[in-house]
Amino acid sequence: MSTEFRSNVAHALKQDAVQTHLRTVVDRLRAHRQGALSDDAAFEQLRNRCEAIRADAIRRLPDLLEQFESNAQRNGIQVHWAETTLQANQIVLGIMQQHRATFLVKGKSMVSEEMGVNAFLQSHGIDCLETDLGEFIVQLADEKPAHIIVPAIHKKRREIARLIHGHFPGLPYNEDIETLAQSVRHFMRDKFRAAPVGLTGVNFMVAETGTLCLVENEGNGRLCSTLPPVHIAVTGIEKVIARLDDLPPLLNLLTRSATGQPITAYVNMINSPRRPDDKDGPDEVHLILLDNGRSRIAGDPELLETLHCIRCGACINHCPVYRQIGGHAYGTVIPGPIGAILEPQKQGFNAAAGELPQASTLCGACAEVCPVRIPIPAIINRLRWESVRKNQQSQNSRPVVPGAGSGRKPLEALIWKIWAWCCTHPGIYNRLTKLATRLRNRLPADMGVWTAVRKAPKPAQATLHEHLRTMNIDHE
Amino acid sequence: MNDARKTILDRLRLAHCPDSTPVKCDDQNDPVDSVLGSDERIDCFINRMRAVRTEVHDASHDSWLDILHGVCQARSLNNLLVSPHTRWGAMIYAEIRRFPALKDYSQTIEDWKPELFTAVDAAVTGAYGGIAETGTVILWPDAHEPRAMSLVPPIHVVLLEKSRIYNSLTEAMRIQNWTLTGMPSNVILLSGPSKSADIEQTMTYGVHGPKELIVILM
Ligand code: SF4
Repeated sequence: MSTEFRSNVAHALKQDAVQTHLRTVVDRLRAHRQGALSDDAAFEQLRNRCEAIRADAIRRLPDLLEQFESNAQRNGIQVHWAETTLQANQIVLGIMQQHRATFLVKGKSMVSEEMGVNAFLQSHGIDCLETDLGEFIVQLADEKPAHIIVPAIHKKRREIARLIHGHFPGLPYNEDIETLAQSVRHFMRDKFRAAPVGLTGVNFMVAETGTLCLVENEGNGRLCSTLPPVHIAVTGIEKVIARLDDLPPLLNLLTRSATGQPITAYVNMINSPRRPDDKDGPDEVHLILLDNGRSRIAGDPELLETLHCIRCGACINHCPVYRQIGGHAYGTVIPGPIGAILEPQKQGFNAAAGELPQASTLCGACAEVCPVRIPIPAIINRLRWESVRKNQQSQNSRPVVPGAGSGRKPLEALIWKIWAWCCTHPGIYNRLTKLATRLRNRLPADMGVWTAVRKAPKPAQATLHEHLRTMNIDHE
Repeated sequence: MNDARKTILDRLRLAHCPDSTPVKCDDQNDPVDSVLGSDERIDCFINRMRAVRTEVHDASHDSWLDILHGVCQARSLNNLLVSPHTRWGAMIYAEIRRFPALKDYSQTIEDWKPELFTAVDAAVTGAYGGIAETGTVILWPDAHEPRAMSLVPPIHVVLLEKSRIYNSLTEAMRIQNWTLTGMPSNVILLSGPSKSADIEQTMTYGVHGPKELIVILM
C-alpha cells in the first residue's frame, strides 16, 4: 500500500540529519512558547476570550464579511472575491496587467502558497520575489515552506550559506547568520525601491473598521505594503473578526503561541490606500478574499471549528508526527495537525491529502496547546469516519467533504461488523479471547505491513476475565 | 467576480448555523490588563523595550534635545530626517546648528525615493502613544511624518511623552478612541528594530526595516 503520503514519510524518515536539526529547532520554539506563558490562570482566561471571538466570527461569517467589505470599500480598499485559487490568481494577474507590471515583491503569506501564485504568474511572464528571509531561502532552493511560521526550518545555516553563495557568487561565502541576513537585506533594498506591486497576506480583518492587520518581525511586509504603488493583500474568508477590541487579545495569544514573543516587532494596521494628504503609501490597495472550500467547511457544525485557526503553528511544534516526518512529507501547504484536518477537507478524500487524518497518534498535544482550543483530535476522528462512511445518510447529514466514503473497503467493513457482533455477544467473545491466549505461541511472526517495522503482538497467557476470576474479583 | 461573491455568501448563509447571535464570553476583560501605577508603567515599558534591543532614554521635557544631540553625535550622523511642522520637530529646527543637516519629507515619496533609500542616516518621529505591557510605541503617520520615515532609514528615533504610555493596547485603543476618531491610512505598532529568527531560530537584527530603534521619553 504505497500512497504518495506513505512514500513521502518513508523518504523523510531516512533523513537523519534533517530530522535531528528539525527537532532542535522545534524544541527551541516550544521552549520560547513555554517561557512566555508563565501565568496559567491568565492564559486560560485569554484563551476563553479568543476562543469566543473566533467562534463568534465564524458563526456570523457572512454578516461580518459584508460589514467588513462595506467599511473597507468606504476607506478606498478594493475588495475582490474568489471562489477558487484559479479565480484568485486571475484577479492578481488582471491587476498586474492593468499596471503593465512584470514583477512583484511578496511578503510571507500562506494563502498565496495555497494559490500557487508564484508559479501561476511565472507562467505569464511575471516574477515574484519572496522577501521574507525564510521564504526567500526556500525560494532560492526551489522548495516549499516546511513550516507555517518558520518556512526554512529544515535548513541548516551551512546549507543556507551555500545557497546564497551559489546564487550570488559576488558575495563571499559566509556562515555567519548576521552576515547572511545583511547580504539579503542589501540585495532586497533595490527590489523594494523598484517594485511596481507588493503582495502580502493578512492575519486579521476587522469588520467594524475595515482594517487589515498584518504581524511580522522583519519589516518586509511593511515594505511590500507601503512602497510599491499597488498593494495586493490575499486572505481566506475566515480571517475576519468583529471588532477592533477583539484584536489585542488575539495578537497577544498569536505571537506568544507562535514564537513566545509578547508581540512582534511590527503590527501593521492598514486602513486605506494613500489619502490626498499622504506623501507615501500605495495608490491602490486590493484585497482578495479566497474561499477555496472554506464556505463548504462552514456548513458542518463540527468541522467548522477548523476555521477558527489563527495559524500560530503551536500544534505543529508539539506534534510527535511532524517531529518525525517534517513539513514536506505532508505534501500540502499547511503541515502538522492543522494541515491534517484542513487540507483533506479542502481537497477531498480522493486527493493525496485525503490520507492525512491518518498522520496522527491522537495523543492530544495539539488540542492542549491550541490557543483557540480547536478540538483537532476529535476532528481527526470525525474525518477518519467520514472517509469510510456509508454514503446514504439523510439530508441533514450530507457529507461536506468531497470523496466521503471513498476509503470504505467491503472486507474491512465486514471484519468490523463481525468484531462488533462478537463484542456484543459475551459467550462468543469469551471463547474467542480464550482461544487467542491459548494459541499465543502459534501466531505468525510475519503479519505483512504491520510487522515490517514492529514486532508481532503476542496475547497474554490468560484473558482479563480469567485473571479477574483468579483474583476473586466479580466482573460486575 | 460578483458571482463569486454571491455564491460564497449564499453558501455561508445556507450553512448549518443560521444562528447569528454573537457568542458571549464571560471573560470580557483583557486578563492581562494589569493596572500599574504610572512609575511602574514607565519602568515596565522601558524594560520591555530594552529586552528587544531598543535603546531607551529616560529623559524629560527639558533634557530630550540634549539626549537627541548625544544620540546623533555618538553615531556621527550626517543628517536627520525630521519634520519642521510638528511640535518636537519645530523645537529641533529652532536649534538647527546643534544637529546634523536636517531634512524634511516635504515631497511625495516618488520625488525622492533614491535619496530616501541611500542618503538618509536616521529619522526622528513622534509617537501617538506607548504600551507598557508589550514594550511598544504606537505610530500614527500623517502628512508630516509619513509611513516610510519609520521604515526605510537605518536608524529610527522616536520621541514619546511618558503621559501617553498606557497599560495595554486595549487601554490605548479605548482611551484614544481609535474607532471613533478615525485612524490614519496606516497605524503601526513598533516593538523593537527589524529582526528575524528564520535561520536556525537564531535572532538577528535589521533584516529589512531599521537596524536600530531609539526611544527618547519625556
Ligand atoms: S490549529 Fe490552533 S495551534 Fe494549530 S495553528 Fe491553528 S490556532 Fe495554532
